[in-house]
This record gives sequence, structure tokens and C-alpha cells, in this order.
Amino acid sequence: MNKISIKNIKKGYKERRNQGRKGSDASVKGDDIMVLDGISLEIEEGEMVCFLGPSGAGKSTLLRILAGHDQATSGEVLFNGQPVTGPSADNIFVYQQNGLLPWYTVWENVEFGLRNLEDEEEKNNRIHEHIALVELSGFEHHYPHQLSGGMQRRAELARAMAVNPDVLFMDEPFTGLDYLTHLKIREEVINMHTFYQKTTLMVTHFIEDALVMADRIVVLGERPAKVIMVKKLDFSRPRNIEKDKGLSELRDEIFLLLGVSYVA
Amino acid sequence: MHNPIVRKLLPFISFFLLLIIWELTVRFSGWSTHVFPTPIEVVNGAYELSSDGKLFKDSVASLYRVTVGFYLAVIIGVPLGIILGRVRVANQIINPLIQFLRPISPLAWIPLAMLWFGIGESPAIFLIFLSCFFPLVTSTMISVLSIKPIYFQVASNFGFTRQEVIKKVVLPAILPEVITSFRMIVGIAWLVVVAAEMIAVQSGLGYLILDSRNALRMDYVMVGMITIGLIGLSLDYVMKQLTELDEVEWRKFSS
Ligand SMILES: Nc1ncnc2c1ncn2[C@@H]1O[C@H](COP(=O)(O)OP(=O)(O)OP(=O)(O)O)[C@@H](O)[C@H]1O
Ligand SMILES: [Mg+2]
Repeated sequence: MNKISIKNIKKGYKERRNQGRKGSDASVKGDDIMVLDGISLEIEEGEMVCFLGPSGAGKSTLLRILAGHDQATSGEVLFNGQPVTGPSADNIFVYQQNGLLPWYTVWENVEFGLRNLEDEEEKNNRIHEHIALVELSGFEHHYPHQLSGGMQRRAELARAMAVNPDVLFMDEPFTGLDYLTHLKIREEVINMHTFYQKTTLMVTHFIEDALVMADRIVVLGERPAKVIMVKKLDFSRPRNIEKDKGLSELRDEIFLLLGVSYVA
Repeated sequence: MHNPIVRKLLPFISFFLLLIIWELTVRFSGWSTHVFPTPIEVVNGAYELSSDGKLFKDSVASLYRVTVGFYLAVIIGVPLGIILGRVRVANQIINPLIQFLRPISPLAWIPLAMLWFGIGESPAIFLIFLSCFFPLVTSTMISVLSIKPIYFQVASNFGFTRQEVIKKVVLPAILPEVITSFRMIVGIAWLVVVAAEMIAVQSGLGYLILDSRNALRMDYVMVGMITIGLIGLSLDYVMKQLTELDEVEWRKFSS
């Protein structure tokens, strides 16, 4: 059974200088900037899909539409056959920017996703468990600004995982981290995925991330974006790009596709 | 200078100097002490005004007006500020009116206030209310508008109801700035109450000063001024304690 069906999604933005002046006449087609030009994809339950593509292609836009945070101009997104109508606590989004609420401690940030849980004990256990999972035990009562960038990312992952979402959306979750932290958090995401088997949709700029993590890689082309490549990765885990010839070949192929002649 | 006790005493040096200059000025200016009383005469005046309880009663009267006006402004101003910051249509309709009324000094309202409310508590409280209300609505609105959109996205992602958004996003986010506004408007209110009492009522520190001037008791006038200064200082000290609340602790760490 297909978990998420993406059916011919198109998205255009009104060009800014025309907003207001010509009113909200959506029919003025000439004013649209096309961002997504007919994206179709079927995503299986529990699958980890990584989206790659040039900057400004529309990756964040696509992810937002899938999560119900933005509306497509045309086309349809179905979750288990049901159309997506808006944001929902079943699909948690980890944003490109820091989304922790700065007035809440790590504990409180994780807690507010679980605020409707009746059973106090279960709630506390779940918060504990997820904070431990991202190795932030001992920092429960720190405010986000008292944490490093990498720790904030991890806290955000813990918050997202704690609500036990059906689908996890991550928009460049590793951007802005130092290399080692990047690798560590990547490990954690992989472990969480192996453990919980959540459908995970991730946008990244790092091709290596996609190669190491993804069950499937989807590459978008320049704006207006179409899917220019879909690749299923059947490589065994844990993966090593240098040692696995198939992976390094795929890497070179994707680099070429994105217009970089990669020299290893 | 590294001795903490010495450092605590430093602020008092300027007050002490002021007293000396004051005394010397009176002595060598040749002015009558009716026009320019000496510090000792002012202390005597303070004693007289305190012993019959008048100074205390007037201080309480002024504080009462400031308190009621301030609370009224908070009860109406903060929610209105939040609405103006969150509801676009409301902002477009109401905000221009508020920004038009805001620069009108509360003192300019005195004639109307007296006509509408007569003489007594109400016009004075109304003026305090006005002096607190406009700055408070405006600053609350601005803080709500400057909350990062991502926090609202997160809230809707986690399925927050409208009430939860107010309680868990808007209020905590604006609290530090709102507390700063509280501190500021209490200062303004304390300025305005004295002026209001000179015209609209027959009690309070403002009235004390006006009444003493009419009786040519400059020592009492100065007692009134000094009392206003001291109470103002204490009010600000009390309001400053609010910035130490646990609820705004997070602000210390954020850049
Ligand atoms: N709210 C908006 N209004 C108008 N145009 C927008 C809006 N959001 C995005 N765009 C445009 O849509 C295009 C795609 O944006 P998007 O953020 O989806 O790109 P992206 O692939 O995530 O890029 P990056 O990798 O740099 O994050 C950009 O050209 C951008 O200018
Ligand atoms: Mg993006």
C-alpha cells in the first residue's frame, strides 16, 4: 500500500511586484513564477526518501506542500488515499531554520508535542527516552540558546520523534553544523529510522548524506523543477561510499547530473 | 574603589554634594528663605507634613490613581495590542486611530476629562489610563508583530489551538518586552499624575505642591518634590524586579 501519493504537483508564486497592484487576480497567469512543474511520486510506508537539487529549485516548497504547510497551484497529495488539507501533528516538520521555542527548555519543547497525553508517567517516560536518544540527557532544563547549534538540531529531532509522527519531514537538517556534528547527527537519524521505521522525507544539499541514508534518491532539476532522476538504493547498511563501488558510481552520476564534474 | 561597601555608597556622593551646594546657594544668594528654603527647613517641613499624616495621605492618593490607571491600561491595552498584532483587519481599522491619538499629551485631555468626569478620582484616573494605554498598546503590538513566523508554523504543525498559540507562543514571546513597557509606563504615569492633580483633584502630591505654593510654603513644595522623586525611585525598583521573573529568564540567553 502506498503511503504518500504525489500527483502532478505544480506550484507557481506570484511575482512580488505584481502583488497588490493587480489585486489577487489569480488568473493572471503571466505573472506567475513557476517553481514546481508537475511532480509525481509514490512513497512507500517507512521509506526514507532524500531530495536533491540545485538551490532555488523548489525543494523546500515541495516539502512544505507535502506536509500541508503550503498549497499547490494544481495537483494532489494523498496520505493513505486521503488528500492533505493542512498541517497536522501526524506529519512533523523539522525546518531549515531553528524551530525550537526559545522560551521553553529542552524538556518543555519536547513536552509540548505531547501536551495532550493524559498519562503523566507515560509522557515523562517518552520525553526522557527521546532526549536520551539524541544524547541530550543532562540538558533537559537548558534553554535552546544555551545549547550549541548541533545540540539544538538534536533537540528538535527529539521533539519531532517524540510525538510519534506518521511522517517526518526534514529540510536540510544538517546545514550549518560542523562536519563531525553533521556526521554524528546523521548517524542518529539513521538509527532512529532503523528503530522506528518512520516514513522520512529529507531535503539535503549533501549528496553523501543521500547516498548513506536514503532508500530512494529523488533529484529535482533547475526551476521550474521536474523530477530528473529517481534511484532506488539497495545497498547494504551501514554504507561506505568509498568502499562500495556502486555507491561511488552513483555519486559521480548525480554530480554529473547536477552539473559538477566530480573529481574524487 | 574595589571595596563593595565603598561602591554601594558612591551614588550617595552626588546627593550629598547637592545638599552642600543647596545650602551654600541659599546662604550666599541673599534670597529670602521663603523663596528658597534651606535643607534644614525642608526637613522641618517634612516633619510637620508627616506628623499630621497629610504627606502620607497625599502619597497614597497619588499611588492609588497610578495603580488603578495602570491596571486598567494593562487589562485593556495588552489584549488589544495582541489582537492588533495578530489580526490584520483589526490592525488596519484600529491602529491608525491609536497612532493618531498617541502623540496627544495626556495633559491636553484635562479639560475634556474634567468636563466628562467632573472633579475627583475619575478624571485623574482617566488621564493616567490614557498616558499608559497608548504606549502599551503600541509596544505590545510591535512585539507581537516581531515574533518570528517560524514559531507560528511550529505551533500549527503541532496542532495548537488558537488559545494555545496565545498562551504558549504569543504571551511568552512578548513577556520580556511587555515587562519593559510596564516599567516605562509606570514612570510616565507617575509624571502625569502630579500634573493631573494640580488641576483635576484636591488631594495627592500634585495638589499638595499646588496648595503649598498658594500658601507660599516653598518648604512644603520641596517636600512634595522630594517625595515624588523618592516614590518614583521605589516604583521603578519594584518594576525592575519583574525583569527577574523566571518566565523571562530565557531572554538572558538569547541574542
Ligand atoms: N513565499 C514565496 N513567494 C515567492 N516566491 C517564493 C516563495 N518561496 C519560495 N519562492 C521561490 O521559489 C523558488 C524555490 O524556493 P525553495 O525555497 O523551495 O527552494 P529550495 O530548493 O528549497 O532552495 P534551497 O536549496 O536554497 O533551500 C525560489 O526561486 C524562490 O524564490
Ligand atoms: Mg530550501
